[in-house]
Amino acid sequence: MLKQLFGGQPLVGPAQAAEKLIRARFKIERPGFALDVDLCLPGRGISALFGHSGSGKTSCLRCFAGLDQAPDGYLEVNGELWQDSANGQFVAPHQRALGYVFQDANLFAHLSVRRNLEYGRKRIPAHSRRVPLEQAVELLGIGHLLQRMPDNLSGGERQRVAIARALLTSPRLLLMDEPLASLDLKRKLEVLPYLERLHEELDIPILYVSHSPDEVARLADHLVVLDEGKVQASGPLKETLLRSDLPFMFEEDAEAVVDGIVSHYEPDYRLLSIRLSGTDAVLQLTHAPLAAGKPVRVKIKARDVSLSLQQAQDTSLLNLLPARVEHWLALDNQAQMLVGLRVGDERMIARITRYSFDRLGIHAQQALWVQVKSVSLLASD
Amino acid sequence: MPLTQADFDAVLLTLKLASLTTVLLLLIGTPIAWWLARTGSWLKQPIGAIVALPLVLPPTVIGFYLLVSMGPHGFIGQLTQSLGLGTLTFTFSGLVIGSLFYSLPFVVQPLQNAFEAIGRAPLEAAATLRANPWDAFFTVVLPLAKPGFITAAILGFAHTVGEFGVVLMIGGNIPGKTQVASVQIYNHVETLEYAQAHWLAGGMLAFSFIVLLALYSGRRVRQGW
Repeated sequence: MLKQLFGGQPLVGPAQAAEKLIRARFKIERPGFALDVDLCLPGRGISALFGHSGSGKTSCLRCFAGLDQAPDGYLEVNGELWQDSANGQFVAPHQRALGYVFQDANLFAHLSVRRNLEYGRKRIPAHSRRVPLEQAVELLGIGHLLQRMPDNLSGGERQRVAIARALLTSPRLLLMDEPLASLDLKRKLEVLPYLERLHEELDIPILYVSHSPDEVARLADHLVVLDEGKVQASGPLKETLLRSDLPFMFEEDAEAVVDGIVSHYEPDYRLLSIRLSGTDAVLQLTHAPLAAGKPVRVKIKARDVSLSLQQAQDTSLLNLLPARVEHWLALDNQAQMLVGLRVGDERMIARITRYSFDRLGIHAQQALWVQVKSVSLLASD
Repeated sequence: MPLTQADFDAVLLTLKLASLTTVLLLLIGTPIAWWLARTGSWLKQPIGAIVALPLVLPPTVIGFYLLVSMGPHGFIGQLTQSLGLGTLTFTFSGLVIGSLFYSLPFVVQPLQNAFEAIGRAPLEAAATLRANPWDAFFTVVLPLAKPGFITAAILGFAHTVGEFGVVLMIGGNIPGKTQVASVQIYNHVETLEYAQAHWLAGGMLAFSFIVLLALYSGRRVRQGW
């Protein structure tokens, strides 16, 4: 339903042509990886690309920058065409008015902070320099670092310099690839306020890749949820992110990812047992043999999880696990509920009807049994 | 002074040959090393192996093939004759060409290692900062690969100074033209002038030691950042 509400492409008529919009379509198919996104994003504010690692966020961002070229792609940023593979158009990255903040800052090790900042700035024509050096330096609080070499900076300082360096090219689009991911909590809290200032003080649309719900909730105006290279949802933040503490709580697509270790394999039944951390409970599924002790990751869709107050006997379901209720929320239609559960150290989500929710008298910290209808193994390496 | 004019000439010629070879190899080796470091082509391994051949081949083998191809009936010989240059065997130019092949891996491999160590990331950063690929190469790759260039230049120079077999095969032993220090030592020993052989040999030993010492000290300093 969310997809219908927010994923639809608004038609751009003559009246809307002046409206700021970013339209992007990228399709990449490689062995073991596929990206297939079609997005229409607001041309101002922060749009977050959110998803698990491996969901295609960074690949998508690299397509925006032109660092990777999607064989089938279209990209238009506030009226500027950067890629249109149907007409053989592809603007090289260095000819796009964009700024890119890499996950690990990626400063030039042979240049001082000042010369890093000037590198991009002096490569754009003087008349298109809209961000004064002093403003960027002040905005990111790096005035005292200008003479230093990148090797002598902390992770947080490096990331702030990288952001200022990108800003100084006066980009029409700022792309940020998990700029806080390589930082510890203390450094994150150090950089976050600067990102918020960017948002408030500069009129540059930002595409922000993150796997942290907290960052997204704090910074984004618009949220795009990616999973396995596909757009799961795209829309204004509040409507899209139902709850920041429960990733992937998106209606049909709500799911949990659970880590475990292969504990046993029963060749007769082709039955694989996976032990979850913090509990004796095992998940079982039919699968090709895997060696005991191998760490694996499984995906459990919320709609495949049901709840029971007693441990069901004589059932064909393989997976009955003791769990504790953590929290819940009602879905938009008010007929169904998502219930967040804890099994051992792992979290799962159940989607049940509100009728059942009331009938079972679900309450916080309640101990009950989850019945999992289907479990799928995510690629294990 | 026990060194004769011929000895001095040989030393000067050696330095001239090594300097010229090093400069040319840096120019030729850089694009080869860059290509080897960046390509995903199936040709990478075969080309890499060809570049490394002089590391394992006896210098006389390289010298022999060069002698044949630069001779009047070889393809290089035909080319130089048609250009009115005559043949390059037993000339200084011929020595330079021989040295280029002989010392190629000593220049290409350090450069390739340096380029590979730099990786893609700084180039991508440069591209997002509006630097076109040439600009990025000169302003980012070259400065970052500086230690690699220093190593390549030192090794290329020193290895060319130590050349013997190739010189003897294609250059012979012509004073002032192709008679380099290593060949001159051989001459002295042949004529039982051991004192002069000692001076030249000792000089080359000291030179080689100083070069390698400089190389390793530089490496330690660079890693100590």
